[in-house]
Amino acid sequence: MEAEKVGTTKHAKTAALLSIVPGLGQFYNRQFLKGIIFLVLAASFGIVFGDILNMGFWGLFTLGEIPKVDHSIFLLIDGIIALIVTVLGLGVYAFNLYDAHSNGKKRDLGLKLNSVREQYHNLIDGGFPYLMISPGFLLLIFVVIFPIIFVILLAFTNYDLYHSPPAKLVDWIGIQNFIDIFKIDIWRNTFFKVLGWTIVWTFGATTFQIALGMFLAIVVNQKDLKGKAIIRTILILPWAVPAFVSIMIFSGMFNETFGAINKMILPALGLDPQPWMTEANWTRLALILIQGWLGFPFIFAMVTGVLQSIPEDLYEAATVDGASIWQKFSKITLPLVLFATAPIMITQYTFNFNNFNVIFLFNNGGPAVPGQTAWGTDILISWIYRLTMTSAQYGKAAAITMILSFIIIAVALWQFRRTKSFQEEDMM
Amino acid sequence: MSMKKNKIIRLTLSYLVIAVMAVIVFYPLLWIIGSSFNPGNSLSGSTMFPENPTLAHYKHLFDADKSDYIIWYKNSLKISIITMVLTVASVALTAYSFSRYRFVGRKNGLITFLILQMIPNFAALIAIFVLANRTGLIDTHLGLILVYVGGQIPMNTYLMKGYLDTIPKELDESAKMDGAGHLRIFFQIVMPLAKPILAVVALFSFIAPFGDFILARILLRSEDKFTLLVGLYELVAKQFGNEFTKFAAGSVLIAIPIAALFLVFQRYFVSGLTAGGTKG
Repeated sequence: MEAEKVGTTKHAKTAALLSIVPGLGQFYNRQFLKGIIFLVLAASFGIVFGDILNMGFWGLFTLGEIPKVDHSIFLLIDGIIALIVTVLGLGVYAFNLYDAHSNGKKRDLGLKLNSVREQYHNLIDGGFPYLMISPGFLLLIFVVIFPIIFVILLAFTNYDLYHSPPAKLVDWIGIQNFIDIFKIDIWRNTFFKVLGWTIVWTFGATTFQIALGMFLAIVVNQKDLKGKAIIRTILILPWAVPAFVSIMIFSGMFNETFGAINKMILPALGLDPQPWMTEANWTRLALILIQGWLGFPFIFAMVTGVLQSIPEDLYEAATVDGASIWQKFSKITLPLVLFATAPIMITQYTFNFNNFNVIFLFNNGGPAVPGQTAWGTDILISWIYRLTMTSAQYGKAAAITMILSFIIIAVALWQFRRTKSFQEEDMM
Repeated sequence: MSMKKNKIIRLTLSYLVIAVMAVIVFYPLLWIIGSSFNPGNSLSGSTMFPENPTLAHYKHLFDADKSDYIIWYKNSLKISIITMVLTVASVALTAYSFSRYRFVGRKNGLITFLILQMIPNFAALIAIFVLANRTGLIDTHLGLILVYVGGQIPMNTYLMKGYLDTIPKELDESAKMDGAGHLRIFFQIVMPLAKPILAVVALFSFIAPFGDFILARILLRSEDKFTLLVGLYELVAKQFGNEFTKFAAGSVLIAIPIAALFLVFQRYFVSGLTAGGTKG
């Protein structure tokens, strides 16, 4: 085993190989305490989790075999837990191999190994960041990562009303859900209709709120305008009121029979009442207007901040050179504002892309469309909600959730690659 | 002369625009306040300035025999405060390690957080629902709080890490030279300097659960466990408009404290977002 060549040893390799049984490599490196710890860890892992893992993986692969006895969804959950436990276990196992290998390497190079005392200090020093992130991270695993894995797996099952445990079993069906969404007419039509409106909604509502907020910020920021403080407070108000409350207010105001819009405002302006809640296109218009009301103050506040930081002499110089108001706006103000706020503007788009609250609370995604799973103003996220909560199309809903997440993640990565938080030089 | 004339026109137009916007902003708010003082229950008869205003709806809400409003208010406060404390604690720890330590898995951890913060956690609502059922945490406040805290960690960690990165590392290094331990540097050097961002994270994590509707609606079943928004929604949703005035009173009582809190801290929101989120 220890074929010693001229001046070289193979402690690293040997230790790593021995560590396939956790702890043995450490024994080989004469770090007995550490070896015992690894060995005990591995043994207790096997004893404690053996059954869970065994059952878990069986459940994960088969999703149960006997209807009414095996509950497919619970088996799926237990399977994911087994998966997470395994990954954590493998992490420790990999560390065991790495540790044996690196200490073996030290011996190869003729370095002295750390004493138990030094190891303890290293553990405290090196382990401190892990210790600090572990509470948050564990919670994240169970509340965020677990659900995501669950949804991903669910997208590949036929879990719906007709395959619903405990009476029936759920089965793996590969990418059938995705195929159905794009192949079966009713699904494809609904999907593209909803996607189309989601895109119109995202761009329409967000651009409207950005334009409005920016315009008002520039108007209020004129230096000879009086009463800036009070005006700013008024214009911030819609942001300060909880969105839930505002949306419900609007829902009442746009009510076709009783609401103030149809009863008071439109007649006062000499216009006819409109079917705000029953005609999809009117609901859409109302939604975009409402989102403008809800969203402009945030943009207003941010742009105001940027405007105040633009040095006055830039404008003075431009005035001396004979620039018009429009030129000053398009050549100085706009580029500076857009440069400073672009990343946040983009998050506004992704926010509206998933703006469930306004769609759901205003008119329930309605008006209803007979014979379709998506209602008139449903965007992807509210359609998913409807598929889950009312028509029990869990598998399809999960598949659509995956599609939606891919869109969001693509945008997010594209955007954040350019922010500074991400570009710090020692990001590793 | 023409310069002066121009200026007058420009300012008049500006004030006009602002006046119109002020009306648009105030109208819905005054309308809901007006509705809450209207006699009668339904939306149909309510006017912005009722002829004989009444406090009956407020009294009704505070009458524990007739309405669960006070219970809902307590539930909401309890959930929001606990969520805030847990979020601030775990976010401070996580953001600090990401900002100050270089450890294996750091980069992947950051990217994971970045992606997670983009996916709204109710996108996985089926999973949250099923998991809560499986673990018996359905219809408990604990389950809801855990979901809130977990959902808040990625975004706020990012926000806070961005801020902590701006606190010079020389400070902790010199403290280390002087023999300060990890915890001491964290509690006595860095955290006091991070107070502004701690305040921002605390406010975000208080207001978010207070204003959340959908997760609470999915997870909470029994009426005495409801949060404010779920309770109020149930009040109007059954037959829209029939209990509208009571709903209006309930909304006013939510909106006032939140709006006040918000207006006081509004400056920090903006600076916190721009500093942590983008400029780093």
